[in-house]
Amino acid sequence: MKTPLFEIHKRLGAKIIEFGPWLMPLYYTSIIDEHNTVRNKVGLFDVSHMGEFSIRGKDALAFIQRLITNDTSHLSNNQALYTPMCNNNGTIIDDLLVYKFSDEYFMLVVNATNIEKDYRWIEGVARRFDKDISLKNISDETSLLALQGPKAKEALQKLTNLDLSQTKHYWFKEGKIEGIQAIVSRTGYTGEDGFEIYIRPECASKIWNRLLEIGKEEEIKPVGLGARDTLRLECAMLLYGNDMDETKTPLETNIAWTVKFNKKDFIGKEALLRQKAEGIKQRLIGLELLERGIPRHNYLILKDKEKIGTVTSGSFSPTLKKGIGLGYVKTDFAKEGTEIQIQRREKLAKARIAKIPFYRRK
Amino acid sequence: MKIPKELKYAKTHEWIKVEKEIGTAGITDYAQEQLTDVVFVELPQIGKVVSKGEAVAVVESVKSVSDIYAPASGEMVEVNKALENKPGLINEEPYGKGWIFKIKIKNPKELDSLLSAEEYEKSIKEGEK
Repeated sequence: MKTPLFEIHKRLGAKIIEFGPWLMPLYYTSIIDEHNTVRNKVGLFDVSHMGEFSIRGKDALAFIQRLITNDTSHLSNNQALYTPMCNNNGTIIDDLLVYKFSDEYFMLVVNATNIEKDYRWIEGVARRFDKDISLKNISDETSLLALQGPKAKEALQKLTNLDLSQTKHYWFKEGKIEGIQAIVSRTGYTGEDGFEIYIRPECASKIWNRLLEIGKEEEIKPVGLGARDTLRLECAMLLYGNDMDETKTPLETNIAWTVKFNKKDFIGKEALLRQKAEGIKQRLIGLELLERGIPRHNYLILKDKEKIGTVTSGSFSPTLKKGIGLGYVKTDFAKEGTEIQIQRREKLAKARIAKIPFYRRK
Repeated sequence: MKIPKELKYAKTHEWIKVEKEIGTAGITDYAQEQLTDVVFVELPQIGKVVSKGEAVAVVESVKSVSDIYAPASGEMVEVNKALENKPGLINEEPYGKGWIFKIKIKNPKELDSLLSAEEYEKSIKEGEK
């Protein structure tokens, strides 16, 4: 599958890769260069492969409350929230953003590779819930651009009357960009300030081109999925399918804060309460290599030659200039500073459990 | 994507240029593009005697790790030390300053089984299908 910007990416010289069923830009010039652009200036991403669902109806709020582990009851209109969505075992079906337009209208933004799975799950929950809600997959009528970096606000403000300085982190506004109707939220997956812009697919190329043009002053560059991965990893933001899936619960990760037990009822609550009472056996940790080398997905984590866990994400960190990763280890070994080894084939590399996030913007 | 005519290629994406009995080897433009930004290179040991097809070096990029195989049998006589500080040379000039090692060729006949530029290009296209 292709996003509306596919031909533009090719013309920009992007190296294209398959991401699930999608053909997406991996990089245009170099992953490290694009990574640094987002850390220091501003980068533009096409993330139109992401999925969007609308949930409308009198009972929409109550339905969402049941569907996710985080709590939307305190959200104002025009506020967004990050949350996992768990099954009855308390393991993670997907992680998503919830946009609240009103008590009767929400938008969910889900991972591209989970669109069908999530839709079937939510549909099933809706059937059992048996209240007044209607669910619609609006992925095909929604394109998504992410403008990320310290100069993102300056660049975007030139194209819109919306007062972006009045849009706080994890809030959104509806309005016009270059005369085109858009949802603009101050969110992202890079650890920098920035915006995510939801528009109709037929308008995507116009906005994309205008942003690249108007952002020249800020030295904007298009950025591919390669840097998206290194940027999110430095901030220890989880990647579904790597760092979490239906074998992991949120309590084992660094997003345990998204499970709100004081909420009356939600799917997975009982299982998660049980896990909490019994104790968490494995935990997500950050790790850094102490010698040359890079941890990768599925490398083993050892302590005194015994296997204690597995790497779930790893890369070279362009900001820290060393190998970093995320993984799971038995809880006894999860303490920061613990010396460990990473194994690739027969080779061992010295590493250490590190504080996460690895990078935090000033 | 550049595939210089005068070089010989292995299906595993190494190139070799032979002058007298010394072959200079590296990875192809196609390979560096697939790997993305190279950040570490583990060079072979000078003096090591290797067989054709043996893993002799490791290239780590942002996205992946890749073994580099000897395109011919022989003895390692020189390695590109510049890569230790500037591994990105492999991305910038895969056929030039990004060379990885020089090998003293044991059996020149072995080179006949390597691919020409045309054959290598064809093998890439087949691999992508």
